[in-house]
Amino acid sequence: MPQVTFKVWRGNKDAGEFKDYQTDITEGMVVLDAVHQIQAESAPDLACRWNCKAGKCGSCSAEVNGNPRLMCMTRMEDLPTDQPVTIEPMQAFPLIRDLVCDVSWNYEVKKKIKPFKPRKPDNEDGTWNMVQEDVDRVQEFRKCIECFLCQDVCHVLRDHHKHEEFIGPRFFIHNAQLEMHPLDTEDRLGDLKDDNGLGYCNITKCCTKVCPEHITITDNAIIPLKERVVDEYYDPIKKLFKMFKPKKPDAAAGK
Amino acid sequence: MREFKTHEYDVLVIGAGGAGLRAAIEAAGSGVSCGLICKSLLGKAHTVMAEGGMAAALANVDDRDGWSTHFADTMRGGQYLNNWRMAELHAKEAPDRVKELEAWGAVMDRTKDGKILQRNFGGHKYPRLAHVGDRTGLEMIRTLQDHGIHQGIDVHMEVTIIDLLKDGDRVVGAFAYEREHGRFILFKAKAIVMATGGIGRAFKITSNSWEYTGDGHSLAYNAGADLVDMEFIQFHPTGMVWPPSVRGILVTEGVRGEGGILTNSEGRRFMFDDIPDAYTSSTSDNEEEGWRYVTGDKSARRPPELLTRDHVARCIVREVKEGRGSPHGGVFLDIAWIKEHIKDAEAHIKKKLPSMYHQFKELAGLDITKEPMEIGPTTHYVMGGIKVDSDTQMSTVPGLFAAGECAAGLHGANRLGGNSLSDLVVFGKRAGEYASKYAKENGAGSVNNDQIQQIAAWAEAPFDRGDKAENPFTIQSDLQVMMQDKVGIVREEKELGEALEALEGFKARAEHASADVNRDFNPGWHTALDLRCLLTVSEASALSALNRKESRGAHTRLDHPDKSEEEAKGNNVVRKGPDGQMQIERVPIPPIREDLAQIIEENK
Ligand SMILES: Cc1cc2nc3c(=O)[nH]c(=O)nc-3n(C[C@H](O)[C@H](O)[C@H](O)COP(=O)(O)OP(=O)(O)OC[C@H]3O[C@@H](n4cnc5c(N)ncnc54)[C@H](O)[C@@H]3O)c2cc1C
Ligand code: SF4
Ligand code: SF4
Ligand code: FES
Repeated sequence: MPQVTFKVWRGNKDAGEFKDYQTDITEGMVVLDAVHQIQAESAPDLACRWNCKAGKCGSCSAEVNGNPRLMCMTRMEDLPTDQPVTIEPMQAFPLIRDLVCDVSWNYEVKKKIKPFKPRKPDNEDGTWNMVQEDVDRVQEFRKCIECFLCQDVCHVLRDHHKHEEFIGPRFFIHNAQLEMHPLDTEDRLGDLKDDNGLGYCNITKCCTKVCPEHITITDNAIIPLKERVVDEYYDPIKKLFKMFKPKKPDAAAGK
Repeated sequence: MREFKTHEYDVLVIGAGGAGLRAAIEAAGSGVSCGLICKSLLGKAHTVMAEGGMAAALANVDDRDGWSTHFADTMRGGQYLNNWRMAELHAKEAPDRVKELEAWGAVMDRTKDGKILQRNFGGHKYPRLAHVGDRTGLEMIRTLQDHGIHQGIDVHMEVTIIDLLKDGDRVVGAFAYEREHGRFILFKAKAIVMATGGIGRAFKITSNSWEYTGDGHSLAYNAGADLVDMEFIQFHPTGMVWPPSVRGILVTEGVRGEGGILTNSEGRRFMFDDIPDAYTSSTSDNEEEGWRYVTGDKSARRPPELLTRDHVARCIVREVKEGRGSPHGGVFLDIAWIKEHIKDAEAHIKKKLPSMYHQFKELAGLDITKEPMEIGPTTHYVMGGIKVDSDTQMSTVPGLFAAGECAAGLHGANRLGGNSLSDLVVFGKRAGEYASKYAKENGAGSVNNDQIQQIAAWAEAPFDRGDKAENPFTIQSDLQVMMQDKVGIVREEKELGEALEALEGFKARAEHASADVNRDFNPGWHTALDLRCLLTVSEASALSALNRKESRGAHTRLDHPDKSEEEAKGNNVVRKGPDGQMQIERVPIPPIREDLAQIIEENK
């Protein structure tokens, strides 16, 4: 493959612009390789994050030709190279520099979600029994590599900046993972309704489309969570029940 | 005077992979204040990349397993250079550490009766690796991270430690810069746990990320600590070889654990051709028996593809050298062939090896359920590291502890797959526990301000190199090529000597590594500063490799192709001499405890 032009966003939170770089593309290269090559050849202070180079760590998120992608899993062969390839940082978070954003908000959000709280062990040696079918769904959610691309693309964060009231698809996944964990006994539905902004999600499914781990965020996590919230708080019969039953039933029930 | 911020903790943990997180959880849980530092974001450390699983003799799949077999396997794999006490503690404590992860929310694959499932791996006699598909490391780090953030640990992300500070003999702090704006930070601490991982970036072909520049090894060395076994670097037999840009990326041993076979260009399963004596009784000599083993037949012996990594890597090198390699200089790894035996092979492979399926599909355009992969050895893991006390994990410097890949002892001359993840939690816990104890028993020391100013000046030097300035990426890449060439899978005296000489040249070049004057998230600057650590670990490896005149485990010498009993009596230890030069010493291995010797004998 020939020389390709890259338009790379350079700048910090105050100012920035696209700058052009040319570099040679060889067989099998991914966008992250091109960025590294540009760093080594002509822009040693070009900021980007990466670790695994194999789609496992979720560090190298950026927008390539306007699409939220992992740079290490985006092959040059799949991009039109007769025109410049644009690379810019995620848009839903404040910029630090070049391709690197300040994603610390995500870490703060997670801290506020109630942690895992298992039921009493099933066996005397402190272990539990769970069968594979019961953990398949939770394992789907636990594939999340925290790349935050789903957060980047969700309009509630990207366009409406509801970071204070809305935790975003990544953390709906996190909640779902906990709520559907066969051993968990905590109750997070109230928080989901009142503090986490579950209601803001209008199921556009943009998050599911960009997830590099192919997690069915909307259908498998968000919609079931919404249903649970409705069941718990808006179902008139349930509501009546709630008045008489202790706050949190035994773990196994409803999970 | 350069400015810096100051933080103070009882225990400071450097590194937030499995080992660092587990140490911090333990320290914080014991009532001391604890800071945790990492170069990347939380949850992105190397541990996240681990695939195959975590070894622990839970005996869920084969009830003949137990700690003594795990111990004997680890010692055999390490060719008896291991610290036998660490191997004992590891085998005994790993099951509890795995169960603890489950109590903290980990969701591992299950057996039919609802217990934690275990899979086969090279060198382990029984199916022993607890796992989640082929993303076990992600499960481990996320579990520890999600548990850890509620334990009152202060996490400092994207902060790099560049030097340790001492008060007399003892460490009392660490000096750092943060990536975001390049500002300096001083961490004062009563005890420090080093958990910085490995050194793979010293080599061209590697499965390791930019973080693996041997920082912990080098920081400890410069603070006066002993490094041990640095000649033992594991070249994993199966890294990707094509296309060039993904060369070195790991292909999990789990592929072979699930029945994957290695073939050469003639279609021959060449691993049957060379089975080492120590393993003939446990290795099958025909394909039919090998397959039965993979499918759980307890009377069958393991297929030769599951021999230890050092051996498999050498066999691959031999095939390629003798002209029976694949088109791009590797050999073939075939999992698709299992369709001869199982009906729904495609779905089975996708379920058992999902991330391998995606990795090849997306990076190489290859469907592993249909075609064989091309693979070859890649730099993967360093068995050598900071010498520690087996029980407390304290290094030879008071107050400085180490755990995980940057510590040494457990694995000896060769690590068994899956023994790292269990190492992290077993010894991470111990390091946290004893560092906390040390902090409670010792007051705060005092840090030396002049030393701090000197370090800060050193760190800023790349901004002003004058007309001799050199691109740090070029220096790093040249170093990697040299190390791969001369200190790689097969070594000999002449080349190791040349490597040591070349390293002197690299040290001089590193003095000129320059960076644009820009402190905000500047990878050029960081690469310039990392060079010092890379050079320390490169020298330690080359010097130790030169000193060991035999072939054992991961260390192969063309000029000394056999094992030597004499050489095996001790471990190589390097330390910084009073003149600032690296010194090497052969330290005898203490005689093994009688009961442990017997266990080894019984398992032979
Ligand atoms: C692709 C791959 C697959 C693997 N698969 C397996 C497997 O299946 N089973 C198994 O047992 N092992 C496996 N391993 C090995 C295992 O993953 C590693 O050995 C292990 O994760 C190392 O953990 P650690 O806690 O020691 O270090 P890491 O997880 O690497 O963490 C190191 C930490 O130290 C920090 N750090 C480093 N230097 C500094 C500094 N100067 N200042 C501040 N912070 C610093 C880093 O930022 C990071 O947070 C695999 C390794 C790779 C690369
Ligand atoms: S489906 Fe909901 S969470 Fe996902 S992008 Fe749309 S609004 Fe956001
Ligand atoms: S859910 Fe998917 S897109 Fe969102 S952070 Fe996790 S891996 Fe990334
Ligand atoms: S570098 Fe890890 S996901 Fe891209």
